[in-house]
Amino acid sequence: MTATFLILAAITIAGTVAAMAMRNLVHCVLALTLGFAGLAALYLQLGAQFVGLTQVLVYVGAVAILAVFVIMMTQKPAQTTESIFSSFWLTGSLIAALVFAVLGWAIYSSRLTSAIVSPHVEAAVRPIGDALMHRFVLPLEIMGLLLTAALIGAVVVAIQEKRGSA
Amino acid sequence: MHSAIQQADQIFVALQHRVAGYLPVKFQSIADVILSVIAIVLVFAFLFAVTTVLERKGLGRIQNRYGPNRVGPAGFFQPLADGVKSLTKEDLVPRAADQAVHFMAPVLLVIAAFLAYAVLPVGRNMVLADLNAGVLFFFAVGTLVELAVFMAGWSSRNKYSLLGAMRAIAQMISYEVPLVLASIVVIMAAGSLSTVSIVNMQTGYSGIWPHWFVLTPWGFAGFNLFMIAATAESNRSPFDLPEGESEIIAGYYIEYSGFKFALFFLGEYLGMFATSGLAITLFLGGWAAPFSFLTWIPSYLWFFAKLLLMIAIFIWIRGTLPRLRMDQLMNFAWQFMLPMTLINVFAAGVWHFMPGGVIRWLVCAVLLIVPAVLLSRGLKQGKKFEARTYRFAE
Amino acid sequence: MFGEGILKGLAETARNFLGSYVSKKRLTTVQYPEERLPQIEAYRNFPFLVYDGEDWQQGLRCVSCFICEKECPPKCIFIEKSTDKKPDAVGKPQFYPTVFNIDVSVCMSCQICVEVCPFDAIKMDTDFELSTDNRFSGLLWDKKHLAKSNEHYHKIHPTEAAVVDAQLAAERAKVAAKAKAAAEAKPAAAPATPPPVPAATEK
Repeated sequence: MTATFLILAAITIAGTVAAMAMRNLVHCVLALTLGFAGLAALYLQLGAQFVGLTQVLVYVGAVAILAVFVIMMTQKPAQTTESIFSSFWLTGSLIAALVFAVLGWAIYSSRLTSAIVSPHVEAAVRPIGDALMHRFVLPLEIMGLLLTAALIGAVVVAIQEKRGSA
Repeated sequence: MHSAIQQADQIFVALQHRVAGYLPVKFQSIADVILSVIAIVLVFAFLFAVTTVLERKGLGRIQNRYGPNRVGPAGFFQPLADGVKSLTKEDLVPRAADQAVHFMAPVLLVIAAFLAYAVLPVGRNMVLADLNAGVLFFFAVGTLVELAVFMAGWSSRNKYSLLGAMRAIAQMISYEVPLVLASIVVIMAAGSLSTVSIVNMQTGYSGIWPHWFVLTPWGFAGFNLFMIAATAESNRSPFDLPEGESEIIAGYYIEYSGFKFALFFLGEYLGMFATSGLAITLFLGGWAAPFSFLTWIPSYLWFFAKLLLMIAIFIWIRGTLPRLRMDQLMNFAWQFMLPMTLINVFAAGVWHFMPGGVIRWLVCAVLLIVPAVLLSRGLKQGKKFEARTYRFAE
Repeated sequence: MFGEGILKGLAETARNFLGSYVSKKRLTTVQYPEERLPQIEAYRNFPFLVYDGEDWQQGLRCVSCFICEKECPPKCIFIEKSTDKKPDAVGKPQFYPTVFNIDVSVCMSCQICVEVCPFDAIKMDTDFELSTDNRFSGLLWDKKHLAKSNEHYHKIHPTEAAVVDAQLAAERAKVAAKAKAAAEAKPAAAPATPPPVPAATEK
């Protein structure tokens, strides 16, 4: 159990670190995908099939491909060769530290850490679906609306751009 | 007699337990899994070999040719010759290629293609992993194929392969939406994401007729939409733009030769079998017999009979339809497939809440046929042939 | 109707598929090594040297005049002339080739050698199964390989061969008549130098 966890954690961390450290942007995305996949495997190992598989479906299937698309569409042929580190590294690390602090505070102050979590929580599809459709139906709908609005906005922006250049 | 039928049905399950039983108890469960994996790999690789020769013969007959008929009896050892050829060919890697990614792409593709079989029930009690999110697993693994295709296209450093990869990814993303939405109706009806329980829902009979989901209006529409999307997902003709030989030579695997090329070929066919298998599981009752008086035939035979039928339909379609253009492909995905699948979800909901009878049939059929006709009219309209204006190519 | 064209197409391909099992007429492919189409008479690919009679060395019509060697566009013909003479197809003593090679890997089957040959000695063959395990000596054909009988020529191109035979017979008759007249006129200085008669002015 712990050995599996350690291997998966190592893969995840290695993937994300490589995503930050590698020169080639496409390599970064592929390494990030490895990190996503490791995270999904961690979810699966915890018995959260739905979350784990959704992680693969959304992050490996959609987000990584989207990132790849953006890179292929926008990348300039001449790549930066000066330094691995971006010039914004100070700001970046500050933001990262802040995010980490907020997350850590949230986790430590939540009641989950004090509660005894049984190792065999059946995070099955049906309870998740029930929760989404009954208790959290309003947040779900609002999120759906928001995403649809974003989609329509993107289409509008794209159409204007096309008209302008045509 | 009855027990003999059951024995024949469960012969492979019993064999697996017998073989695993020779091992100590500690290793039995892992031995079970390994045996299933070996069986899946062998059976579907063999099916791939048979399909290549059947496809070539079938396409030949469609074009009034013989097809391969030289190697072995009636040409059926042709895959062996092809395999030996591809194994002995030189493995060329372009100098500019990204070596590691170039190497990993076909491996990832084949692994992803084989992973999908883990949740396909090929017979009664014959499934590698009965996940309670089985259908989700299938689609999640399917997305790995996109990644592999991108890796292949990008790492080759060839403009044709990059174009092919772009086309393939755009097509796969576009058609994944209708693919998932088309299968949602079944998940709604079965109330489960587990492939095994979806098949179990369909094993009953009314009189001699089975309870397959395809025998309902939404199931029929869903099946057709699913198969169209599956054809596009597996890059088969008429949606074979990513590898259009006459346009971009072979698309994303243009720079692969020898065994790696064979792996791409294998991955493509395995993907086709897997989506066909999922269509069978979702809509055609999985391993269930089509009539109640035919249940004495072992379940796995039914699954493979249905699979071969689906393959035959794929070959038939490939021999009939010409390749689409990219804009036609995208228009079809977003202007016909997506609205139709959404309407189909709605129709399945109506079916669920209406009392059974003829009226339910009629209402659902009208709900599906009218939008289909209107949407297809919409597709036809706005087809004005004018001088094209190009944004970048002028 | 939506999808009508697709159904029509599917029906057509199904008809082709099933029809190919029912009627043999649909399958136009000739299963080559076992089955062959009858050869059409006008077919020709690589040159050969015609000889008359039984002995291929004695009956060779070629007089090694080098015209074909000079005319050959890819220069695939190589000839060496003999020092002695032998009677040619019409009975006059002529030189003959000691070496006559054609490199068929170079030959482009243009038939110019046949067109220019004044002696009807080189003609086009129809044999096309020429694969060999040696791409150098296997494709460089010597005199022996190239020599084929007049009967073979009659077999592959009967009409053309008959015309050539008639021409040659006329030539032979002319030469024989000349020789006879010369013998009658000057019986002493018999067959040393026959008058310069053009052997075959044209085809």
